[in-house]
Amino acid sequence: MRQDHIISAKQLSRGDIEEVLDRAADIAEDPGAYADRYEGTLLGLLFFEPSTRTKMSFSAAMKRLGGDVVDMGTVESSSVKKGESLADTVRVVEGYADALVLRHPSEGSAKMAGEFVDVPLINAGDGAGQHPTQTLLDLYTIRENAGFEDLSIGIMGDLKYGRTVHSLAHALTNFDARQHFVSPESLRLPRSVRYDLHEAGAEVREHTDLDEVLPELDVLYVTRIQQERFPDEDEYREVAGEYQIGEDTLAAARDDLTIMHPLPRVDEIAHGVDDTDHATYFQQAHNGVPVRMAILDLLLGGDR
Amino acid sequence: MSDHELRVSKIRNGTVIDHIAGGQALNVLAIVGIDGSGGDAVSVGMNVPSDRLGQKDIVKVEGRELSQDEVDVLSLIAPAATINIVRDFDVVEKHRVERPDQVVGVLECPNRHCITTEDEPVQSRFEVLEDGVRCEFCDTIVREDLAELIVD
Ligand SMILES: [Zn+2]
Repeated sequence: MRQDHIISAKQLSRGDIEEVLDRAADIAEDPGAYADRYEGTLLGLLFFEPSTRTKMSFSAAMKRLGGDVVDMGTVESSSVKKGESLADTVRVVEGYADALVLRHPSEGSAKMAGEFVDVPLINAGDGAGQHPTQTLLDLYTIRENAGFEDLSIGIMGDLKYGRTVHSLAHALTNFDARQHFVSPESLRLPRSVRYDLHEAGAEVREHTDLDEVLPELDVLYVTRIQQERFPDEDEYREVAGEYQIGEDTLAAARDDLTIMHPLPRVDEIAHGVDDTDHATYFQQAHNGVPVRMAILDLLLGGDR
Repeated sequence: MSDHELRVSKIRNGTVIDHIAGGQALNVLAIVGIDGSGGDAVSVGMNVPSDRLGQKDIVKVEGRELSQDEVDVLSLIAPAATINIVRDFDVVEKHRVERPDQVVGVLECPNRHCITTEDEPVQSRFEVLEDGVRCEFCDTIVREDLAELIVD
């Protein structure tokens, strides 16, 4: 992989993606072969907003490669609270670690930070922008369950602010995929993402109603609709209810439909769905570790 | 003396920005940061007849030549504009504006969650699209009201 940093799914070619997924499959097959590979290597975790799971997943990945992590800790207890710029923080911490993982509430933060450091930097979510490592584990899960040949995928929920959706949509333009976006009108894909999909010549359709497309889908990727996006609670309830998946919803779905969700969920997928063959979200979450091990391995120069 | 030269007086030294789309002259003045308070003589002709544009605006600024940054942003709002540099009443340089691939540090990103709007040591950077601009940090696309984003 010819990348210094992992900032956006837009930078990843099909070749880059397949290299990560192949390496992740190799790691999942034989984790022991990678267990000591990064002994003495430190990964710096800079989480400017809480995300216990993403952080744990990176931490687990680094430790399973034999390395260790140094953690900035919570924002409240760090110098960030005293007004230090992000540019200064990353320049200091790059002296402590061999690679950095950044989660930050501002869009474009990872891109900017990457311009200030020489060690590899991984974007673990920048505001409503991008979340490329989530996308790679999503793609790994899609490849395991449905494959990329003639793929028909529905992406549903908050498409406007959902960074996992933006990253996934970009990445899927590399494959033979029909993308169906299902959301309330007020949460449709942002202009910039629609622009990129159009430029890439992707096969894209937008819907407000899942019923229109459910029967033809191989994969349904569900995201959470957050209450704070709506001016009042009644309006939220009205909308959110239409985008919930229950066992009855799935009557119209294909038997081999794969349901995914970046988690955590609230009530957009009923617990009754968990026991069906459709449910793939826990498997998807577990895939985070081998996929992030693969990303670290390729960024840190694995075979060299 | 031609018709529009009667409306807009000649200048000795400075810049004439011609062939601005009708109605955009005040935005052009905003780009070059001229509000009349600096004491320079400024003439503005709005909606004067033009063979090329039907109606055009024209701005003449005494004692001031435009920087490349200013010309770059100008090109986004007035893509057909011509710039004439005048020295001692003669036009010594005349060129059309060209749209750059990128404008740096001249527009402020309208996305209030964009890292470039925070107190960081980084300049704003926009890719120039066919019909607008796009923030290279947060990807926001802007097509309307670019003049409002000009950094003071
Ligand atoms: Zn921006």
